Parts: sequence; C-alpha cells; structure tokens
Amino acid sequence: METADLKKTAAEVRKDIIKMLGLSGSGHPGGSLSSVELLVSLYFNHINYNPKDANDPKRDYFILSKGHVCPVLYAVLAQLECIPKNELCTLRKAGSRLQGHPAKDKELPGIEISTGSLGYGLSIAAGAAVGIKRAGKSNRVYVLMGDGEQQEGSVWEAAMSAAHFKLDNLCAVVDDNGLQIDGPTKEIMNVVPLADKYKSFGWNVIEINGHNFDEIDAAYVAAKKTSGKPTVIIAKTVKGKGVSFMENLAEWHGKVPSKEQVEKALAEIDNSLKN
Amino acid sequence: MVEVFGKKATRFGFGEALIELGKKDPKIFVLGADTAASVAVSGFGQQFPERFINVGIAETNMLGMAAGLAVAGYIPFAATYGVFAAGRPWEQIRTTICYSDLNVKIGGSHSGLMVGPDGATHQALEEIAIMRVLPKMKVVVPCDFIETKKATVAGAYVPGPLYIRYGRENTPIITKEETPFEIGKANVLRDGKDVAIMACGTMVYEALMAADILEKKGINARVINMHTVKPIDEQAIIKAAKECGAIVTAEEHQLMAGFGSAVAEAVVKNYPVPMEFVGVNDRFGESGEPFDLMIKYGLKDVNIAAAAEKVLKRK
Repeated sequence: METADLKKTAAEVRKDIIKMLGLSGSGHPGGSLSSVELLVSLYFNHINYNPKDANDPKRDYFILSKGHVCPVLYAVLAQLECIPKNELCTLRKAGSRLQGHPAKDKELPGIEISTGSLGYGLSIAAGAAVGIKRAGKSNRVYVLMGDGEQQEGSVWEAAMSAAHFKLDNLCAVVDDNGLQIDGPTKEIMNVVPLADKYKSFGWNVIEINGHNFDEIDAAYVAAKKTSGKPTVIIAKTVKGKGVSFMENLAEWHGKVPSKEQVEKALAEIDNSLKN
Repeated sequence: MVEVFGKKATRFGFGEALIELGKKDPKIFVLGADTAASVAVSGFGQQFPERFINVGIAETNMLGMAAGLAVAGYIPFAATYGVFAAGRPWEQIRTTICYSDLNVKIGGSHSGLMVGPDGATHQALEEIAIMRVLPKMKVVVPCDFIETKKATVAGAYVPGPLYIRYGRENTPIITKEETPFEIGKANVLRDGKDVAIMACGTMVYEALMAADILEKKGINARVINMHTVKPIDEQAIIKAAKECGAIVTAEEHQLMAGFGSAVAEAVVKNYPVPMEFVGVNDRFGESGEPFDLMIKYGLKDVNIAAAAEKVLKRK
C-alpha cells in the first residue's frame, strides 16, 4: 500500500477507535491512537497474514502485549475484513468477541493469545520465535509493547532470552508515547535510555518517528534483513495522536470521549486528510 | 502387607516419559530453568537439543515462552521445582496459558516436604491449591515412579494446560505397568467398607500402610489412589461415601484448599459424610531428613490410621 493510502487507512482506523470507545463507555484511547501507524504499516505492508484463514500455518504472528490498546487492533482487523465492521460497536459489551483486552477464547480471528497483563508479550513472542526457528520455518513474530510496560521485570527476562537464542525472526515494537496511567513515564519510573538497554542486551535497535510511514516501513524492512539477533523498533509517538484535545495528556490513557467529543474528534480526523 | 516393587523417585518417571514422548512426537518441546538435571529434564535436552531450551533462572519467562511455543504448535513441558514452577509465574499461568487454554504442561518437581534439607523455601506445599483454582487447569499427582511416567505421557495428550506434581526423593513403587491409569479416574487399590482413605502422591503408600494398621484393629478400610486432583473423580468419591460412610484424605500439602478440600467439595455437594484430613496444618516446612519431617508434620501411616479412627466415631 502506498503512503497516501496508508494515511487514509490510518484515518479510518482512528475514526473507528473513537467511535468504538465512544459507544463502549470505557477503554483506552491514548495508546490506541499512538500505535495506529505502527499497526497499519505492519498489517498492510509487512506481516504475512491471511484474512481468509487466521490459522494459516504460513502466517506471521502478532502478539499485542499492551492488550489495553486492542481497539486499534480490532479496527485494523475490521479494515482487513477479518472481522465485520459492524462488530466494532460491540466493544466491551456482554456477549461480544471484542473483549476489553484481547481474548483467545472468543475465537476472534487474528488473536493468537489472550493478553492484557503487561510485560508478558515479549516472552510469548520469544517462545513462538524459538519454536519456529527450531522447526526451520520462516514465519516471523511481531510484538507490540508500551514504554511504560518496560518497567515490568519479565520484559528483561524475555529480552535476555531473545538475544541468547538469536531470534532474528522476532521484531519487537515499543510504542514510546512517554505517558502511563499515573503520568509521564520518566517521572513515574524512568525507562530511558531504552535503546541503550536493548543494545546492551544484544538487540538490533532502530529508533524512529512512529507516525512517519516511511520511517516505519524502513524499520520493518531492516528488521527482516537483520540476522543473528532480534530487532526492537523504538517508535517515538504521541499519546492520543490525531485528536488535538487528547494529545500528550496522560488522562486520556483510560478515559473515553463524550458524544460531543466524539463528533469533534471525527471531524478533526476527517479534516486532517484534506490538508 | 503392602506390596512394594522397589524404590525410585517420581522425577525419573517424568524424565523417562519425556524421552519416550520426544522419540514419537516432534511436537514435544521441553523447557528448563537452571534446574534441568535435578528435575530430570536434562536427559531430554541431551537427546533432543533442538527441542529443548534452558531459560536460566527466569521462571516467569519460562512459562511465557512455553505459551509462545504452544501458540507455534508445540506441546511444551516446562519444569522446575514446584514452588517456582507454579508460584512465581502464577499469573502468567493464569492469564496467558489458562485463559487462552494453551497446550502447556507444567512439571512441578520437589513437591511436598520430602525435598527435606533445603527447607521451607524449596518445599512445595501450596501448589495443588493454586493450580486447581485456575479455570482449564488439570492437576495430576501420581503416586509413584511408574504412575508418574504414565501420567506424563497421558498428560501430553490431554488438551489444554496441565500441572504434574512429582518429587525428588526415592519413594516406594506400588503400582505395576499393567495397573490402569486414566487421567480423571481414581483407582481403588484396596477394597473396604468401614472407611475410605483417599490419597494422592506420596501419601498413597502411607494410606495403604494405614489400612494394614487398621485391619489389625478390625477396621476394614478402602484405599483409593486419587492421582487426578482436577478433574476429580466424583463418581468414585460418591460411591465411597455411600458404601463406607466416612472419608479420610491424605496429602503432602497444606490442608487448606488442596486435595482434601477438593474431595470435601465433592462430598458435601453430593453425599455428605464425616471427613478427616491429613496434611500440613497451616505452617511452613523446615530443614530435615525427609523421613523425619514426615513424622514431625504428621504425614505417616499412623496419622492416617488415627484420623480414620477419629472419623469412625462420628459416623
């Protein structure tokens, strides 16, 4: 997909996130909006994914470690027609497959494993990657984490393992929006310098602007070409990106927009495409 | 007299079974956490290095990676000391493995008090409780070397998560190759009608010895090997409650929320009869020779026999 189309798709995904969260009455807009470009680029241009068969053995695996931003994943899966678009309005409602955090037991195509407890995704991804490598297969494994999530010790157990087992089929992405529930990550519990930490653990580290499609695309390509070590893409992003009244405010981590705010946000996203 | 066919630690049953499984099935993958030799998985690692990883001293990562291996289509067995295998990564087991109903098998070695001299930190006395409370999790506590081997092989092919509890010390072998074994189905080892003694793991042998003691006193005890704690064999329990009218449970584990509690839940729900419980009574273990500790903590045949006499007074 060309950059112009990616941008259009990203806008659609953003609008779906806003609509879903407006209807659900609870959920996490901030991190969902900050990771839109990272997932749109991945799903439309890089990941080997079969919308007609979510269990295709040739597929690449995607693990959403920061499970609370599942609205962005659901919206992307709807764009890919893996799930019906109208199902998005059931987010977090009783009986819905779209749980507040991704649930494997709801048999939603594209959900490899239940996630939501932070700090587990990298271990899962490393386990899948080592199994795939040992079997001599070429599937790749992607995992999306948050920057606040790096505070969990289990991330570093997994980081150690992924380098130890030379998992070059593993690509981790950190949506580095700098904010967590209680405030700025650097004030709550500083994880900086993240790049140096991963480098010292033996990873290939790529730092990018996580809203720039050209940089994202180049990073995914470079990760694929890297051999002998796992890659982490540390993507600098803006929490709440695309909705001016949400941008860079920690309070939008887990707050949903009112009906008026939904209208305002949708209009703003539409306008952004015209410019 | 209780028939004993030698002594061997259940951990070797686990290790031998993994190698058997590994030869037949390329989907079997084993994970260790720096205790590979002592929990008997290093043999698998030597024979099938391409399907073995040692994650080092990182149990949460071990269970997370096991989950990933299951996602990638393997049947992973992750093993270390029970207290670390079940306790430390409990939430990974809950949210990552059980909630997704993944095909991950957890080996909890060095169970109970019998790990001995290492003391309380290394003695697993709570994991039956914390594993059986998890939705989808199955819990198997085999009674000897041979049964552990069968449980491990059978466990590989029961879909979903499963916890197998096994031990370090040499313990009596009391079953034979031809003894039936089916996950979820209890075995009556000795028939009787006055009282039913239900035991799991190392306590099955003690239960059989207790039945001998009781026999000399004219009490006819039924001994049931409840190797599967979850799903528990309710039919065997109801039958015993009806036919014997009193039940004693025995486990090398805390009394609260463990095996005895699982039996009690089935009894109270279906056919209430008086019960007594033998186990560790709400305290930590300590260092000591395994046999001395079993005496000190009241986990011997005489304790089971005494519990049986006590429960008979309430029948």
